[in-house]
Amino acid sequence: MNLIVFTILAMLAATAVTVARIRDLWAAIMFTGIYSFLSASWMLILDAPDVAFTEAAVGAGISTVLMLSTLVLVGPSDAGRRKPALVPLTVVTITGCALVYGTLDMPHFGDPNDPIHLHPRPSFVEKSQVDMHGLPNVITSVLASYRGYDTLGETTVVLTAGIAVLLILRKEKDEPEREAVSQ
Amino acid sequence: MTGIFLITSIAILITMALALIRAMLGPTVFDRVLALNMVGTKTVLLIAVVDVATERGDFLDLALLYSLMNFIGMVALLRFTEYGSFSREGTEL
Repeated sequence: MNLIVFTILAMLAATAVTVARIRDLWAAIMFTGIYSFLSASWMLILDAPDVAFTEAAVGAGISTVLMLSTLVLVGPSDAGRRKPALVPLTVVTITGCALVYGTLDMPHFGDPNDPIHLHPRPSFVEKSQVDMHGLPNVITSVLASYRGYDTLGETTVVLTAGIAVLLILRKEKDEPEREAVSQ
Repeated sequence: MTGIFLITSIAILITMALALIRAMLGPTVFDRVLALNMVGTKTVLLIAVVDVATERGDFLDLALLYSLMNFIGMVALLRFTEYGSFSREGTEL
């Protein structure tokens, strides 16, 4: 099983480098499709079928079609900036190193002493009503109070995304009816 | 993971790698389309082999979804190649 995982990861890396290097945008979209299929099968082998399902539907299906529609609008040619971009490369490398360093603190995969495999601290259940000034529902107190900042952040993200979609899709009042884009 | 499944998955992985190389080299559009389609098909096969080897039984649904996605993506790509857009003479789909 390790053999399959490592082979898929190597092919993922090769595909990612190709997407970054290739100048033909049409081919780059196809490589993102390959990337989605490979990463979805990798997630499947890691026993995360729900994530793999989403990746296959959104990554390989919808986003390929969306990017192709964008290509219809903007044209298939690249502006062709060939200058080596050192600053972005440095930023990406440093960010990657920081992320890998962050994973070192995580519990080992399948460790029986993981917090997720141990019984939750009973104090959460016992003290939540006193802590949270009489909230009777433990789930509500955990979601809205103990990790309230997290929930606030999530709802902010959803709100921002909704506003952005509305701004993009709204119709200007004095905008004339545009003809359907055809080539 | 017994012998026959291991050999099968290794063969599928080699085929995937060859298709990937073809997609990278591919001088024409159709080489790339064929290679992409092949990677999709081999992904479905790999999932089926892993499903049987680990005796899960529930990955086969995902293999079905993958083949559907492969088909839809391929139709979209080929329409775009043929007409330069998803529509013919400006008629919206």
